Parts: sequence; C-alpha cells; structure tokens
Amino acid sequence: MSDVLAIAEHRRGELRDVSLEMVTAGRDLADQTGGDLHLAVISGDVDDYATQVNREGVDAIHTVEYGEEFNHDVYTQAIEQLYADLDPQYLLAPNSVNGMDYAPAVAEGLSLPLVTDAVDLEEDGGLTVTREQYGGKVETTIDVEEDHAAVTIRPAEWAQAEGDGDADIEAFDADIDESEIQSTVTGFEEVAGGDVDISEADFLISIGRGIDEEENITLIEALVEATDATLSSSRPIVDNGWLPANRQVGQSGKVVTPDVYIAIGISGAVQHVAGMKGADTIVAINTDPNAPIWDLADYGIEDDLFEVVPALIEEFGGDVPDV
Amino acid sequence: MKILVTVKEVAEVEDEFEISGGDIAEQYLEYDLNEWDDYAVEEAVQISEAEDDVEVVTATIGPERAEETIRMALAKGADRAVRVWDDDIESAGKLDVETKAELLAGVVEEEDPDLVLTGVQAGDESNGATGVTLAEKIGFEWAAVVNQLDLDIEGGVANVHRELEGGVEELTEVESPAVLTIQSGINEPRYASLRGIRQAQSKPLDVKSLDDVGLSADDLESSLAQTDMYEPESEGDATVWSGDAEETAGQLAEFLRDKGVVEG
Ligand SMILES: Cc1cc2nc3c(=O)[nH]c(=O)nc-3n(C[C@H](O)[C@H](O)[C@H](O)COP(=O)(O)OP(=O)(O)OC[C@H]3O[C@@H](n4cnc5c(N)ncnc54)[C@H](O)[C@@H]3O)c2cc1C
Repeated sequence: MSDVLAIAEHRRGELRDVSLEMVTAGRDLADQTGGDLHLAVISGDVDDYATQVNREGVDAIHTVEYGEEFNHDVYTQAIEQLYADLDPQYLLAPNSVNGMDYAPAVAEGLSLPLVTDAVDLEEDGGLTVTREQYGGKVETTIDVEEDHAAVTIRPAEWAQAEGDGDADIEAFDADIDESEIQSTVTGFEEVAGGDVDISEADFLISIGRGIDEEENITLIEALVEATDATLSSSRPIVDNGWLPANRQVGQSGKVVTPDVYIAIGISGAVQHVAGMKGADTIVAINTDPNAPIWDLADYGIEDDLFEVVPALIEEFGGDVPDV
Repeated sequence: MKILVTVKEVAEVEDEFEISGGDIAEQYLEYDLNEWDDYAVEEAVQISEAEDDVEVVTATIGPERAEETIRMALAKGADRAVRVWDDDIESAGKLDVETKAELLAGVVEEEDPDLVLTGVQAGDESNGATGVTLAEKIGFEWAAVVNQLDLDIEGGVANVHRELEGGVEELTEVESPAVLTIQSGINEPRYASLRGIRQAQSKPLDVKSLDDVGLSADDLESSLAQTDMYEPESEGDATVWSGDAEETAGQLAEFLRDKGVVEG
C-alpha cells in the first residue's frame, strides 16, 4: 500500500514525453513512501509503449490492450480495476489535456482526494503537494489528510527518466464494459496552417493581452516591420480573433525556438511558456514585476509597452502609428 | 431543453500584492467573471438562440458579492441564475474541487438539465477538474477542453472537438446528457448590451442554502488543507534595463544589433 501507480500517455502512435517525466516523479515519490513504482500503459501498441517507459526505477509495467487511442471511458474503467488490484497509495496522471479528461473522474470514482497540476511532491508520513495559483504569481502547499490520493503532474516540470529498466511487463486483463463507453473518438484534425510558420523564425516579437485593444496591434506591426521580425502572440490574442491561430505560441499552439523572443505584455502562463522556453534569448517587456515571465527572461524592460514600443520603433527608423 | 452553465467569480491579483493569513490580502484582489465561463455562457446562449425552447440557467457558488458577476451572465442572455451560499459555506473557507462538484451536483439534481457547460478551469485556482468531477458525480458523460461544439439534439449526441496539445484536435461524439468543459476561443463572447443589462435586473436569481441542495455542513469537510501560500523565489536572473522608455528602448535596440538579429 506504499506503492505508486502512474499512467503513461500516448497519442497517435507516439509515447508522450510526460510519460517519462512521470517515471521520474513517481520514482522519487515511491522512494519517499518506500514502495514500488508501477506504470500502466492503456490502449494502442501497449508492448511498444511498455518497452519505451521501461526506464531505470520502474518496478512493474501493466499493459491493458483495448482500442487504439485514448478514450476516457476505457481509461477510467481500466485504472479503477488496476487500482483495486494493486492497491497503491498514490495515483499519478499527467496534467495534460487527456489527463484533465480522466483523472478527475477516476479520483471521484475511487473516492480519492485529487490535487491537480503539481510542481512538487513531498511525502513524509503524508503527502504535501506544491502547486501554483493566480496565474503562477503564487505557490501554495496542499497537505493531503488521507492515506491515499490522486495527483496530476505538470508536464515538463520533472526531467525525463533515463537509463534502461528491468521492470516486469505484464498484461492486465481489464474487464471493459462496452455499454459504459459513451464517447467515440472519430478522428483528429491538425489546425493552424497558413501563410507563416512561426516555428521557423529566428526573431519573434510576441504580443499578449497587455496590448489591450485590437487597434493597438498596428503598433506592434510597425515594430515588426522596422526590425524585420516575425509576429507571434499568446493565446488571448488568437481567442479574440485579432491574429490567426498560426501565430499562437504555446501548449496548444506552436513550439518556437528563435534566437531572440521578445514577449510584450505577456504574463508567462505555463501553457505559454511550454511553447517558448526553448528560445535562445528571451526579452520581456512588462509592467508587472511579479509576472512569471521574469523567471525565464534574460533581459527585460519593466515599463509600459505603449511607452517602450514607440521609442523602439523610432530607434529603428520606423513610423510610429497613432494608436 | 435546459442548459446549465456553471459560472464562477474569480479573483484577479494586482501587480503588487501582499499575502496575509494564507491568501492574497483582499485589497489586492479584483473580482470578475471567469474567462473560460464567459465562453461557456456564450456557447449556451448561442444554442438557445439557434434552437427553440432552450432555457439557460447559470449556477454559481459564491457570496452576495458574486451577484454582480452573475447579473453580467444574465445580461449576456442567460435566463435565470442560481447562487449557492449560506453561513456554513462562508465559514468553510476555500472549497476543494470535490466539494464544489458536490454543491453543483445538488443544483443539477434540482434543475435536471440536458447539458451542463463549465469552463475548462477557473483563472484563480486553476484546478481544471470541477467539470469532469461533476460529470462523474451526476452520472453524465463528459468531454474536457472542448473548442468546438455541434449539438445534435434529436440524436442525443454532442459532436465536439477537444483541443489537445500542439495544434491537434480530437473529434469526439459524446452521448447526452453530458458535461462539457469549454475552452477559450470556442466563440466570441458578446458584450452585454444596455438593454441586456436592464433586463438582467428583473431575471430570477435564486439563492440556495446547503439544505436546499440536499447537503449539510458535513459535506463541506475536505481532506485537503492549504498550509502555505508564498511568492515563489524568482528563478530568473534577468538583466533589467533601467531608465525612461527612450533609454531602455535604446539599450534593447543596441542589444538586438549586437546580437545581429536586426540591422540598421
Ligand atoms: C488547456 C489550456 C491551453 C492553453 N494553451 C495556451 C497556449 O497555447 N498559448 C498561450 O499563450 N496560452 C495558453 N493558455 C492560456 C494561458 O493559461 C493564459 O491564460 C494566457 O497565456 C495568458 O495570456 P497573456 O500572457 O497574453 O495574458 P495575461 O496573463 O492577462 O497577461 C498580460 C500581461 O501583460 C502585462 N501588461 C498589461 N498591460 C501592459 C502594458 N501596458 N505594458 C506592458 N505590460 C502590460 C501584464 O502585467 C500581464 O503580465 C492555455 C490555457 C489552457 C487552460
């Protein structure tokens, strides 16, 4: 009962990185509880995925063959049965979009307390989870006052486990009730094609909600023109329809790795950071000294973009539009 | 047909703030309709405009202060509102996901909706779990992070796109009744018109106690305790250029020229 059970994630034939990150987080937690680390691989080519997650520190891997792709009604049933069989102390799932689709249901079904989007786990006779609130401006610690819990793990927060493992790989015979499957995945669609590929750009100027009004985008466009940069943005700008989806940087947009990324009026929410943390040099222009973007920035200007951007346009001999 | 939309009033923090008593001190907080719920309300209102006989009811857990936000949802086209609150909830402090879902399940029991829309997450606590927990509690099917919804009312199916990572969407058929957690960008939330704001004043907004939703103070007990809140130590070591805008812009320009990313 001191064991940890972590659920691997895959999509369209590929194991997702967060699976190996969960091996690291799960091993660390199991070391603290003094238990074993079990992994579950559900649906798709489970043997292939099992081999891939068989890294150092994994004690056992349980495979559930059923269907090709993620389906939460299959996952929920399989995990609940595995949980009953293995009786682990803690259940770990990724805080991915699919994790968000099954972890709360599993926790509810198993009457487990649930803490989502963990950035740190400490176990010392009880579990303490660290997570962020208010857009990453504060961290909180949550004590779990029960012996068991389900936790979802923030992607890219733990390193990917390395080294070959020698875990036993066993097929688990889950009894999936088909009448309980009330969602059907019919396909996938790739979005955000179009005229530019921001992931190819060497120099990105990216704008966020700090721009305030659609009209003000002309100001940034003038800067982009004067500097020969490529324009990108955070999600709210695309949500508002001010720029097309192919300009969005982040978890649900593009991953970019330019030499220079200038984030203007962008707070640095985790889903945004997922798309730009690989930039070589990050420059922030933001009025808020507590914005999480400062954790990543190499350089910055803590000032009003409506003051800085016109001055910058003039530096490069561009025309400052009236906004 | 009845659509229930969960609506949360969220706290937004000012740039400079202090933490006291385990939370951000009240004077640094501003309250607003949760960004994701705004999209959920809009989606429900659009369905009610496109189909006959659709009633849109909002459900909120929150103190009297939240009524301003709820009226905003009514002004945007919801028909009526339910607000769950009483002294026991007030003194319970911050509610965990399971408790919130339990309270909302009480409202669902009462209202018997055909469809429940929630936001993907609330911008303040960012648990991103209340909608799916609610679905499991009330025995509805569900889909999380929906950025396109096409309701086939006769067929009893919601055809949705779930927005996955990396610009990929999953196309899924979800059987009704269902809970869908709505992602930002699914539509363009309207601004409340003056007429809407006037009308909202006379729309019903019922306050329900724990007892009214079939629960008692025991149901508020949580096995999760927030023990600390603090500003994370900055991991960054950014060089922050100082001076007025002209000076800082000059330094950034020089940096960009040195880097060779900008000529001239
Ligand atoms: C499932 C999911 C997926 C998501 N995917 C993505 C994604 O792919 N990409 C993404 O970006 N987000 C994504 N998000 C949204 C993300 O959580 C944030 O809401 C979003 O990134 C915030 O964008 P922002 O920084 O532009 O806005 P805000 O967080 O509102 O920040 C605005 C910033 O501008 C600053 N500012 C305001 N005025 C000025 C001024 N005059 N001068 C200078 N600075 C100013 C403020 O201090 C603030 O820091 C996702 C969310 C979810 C739940």
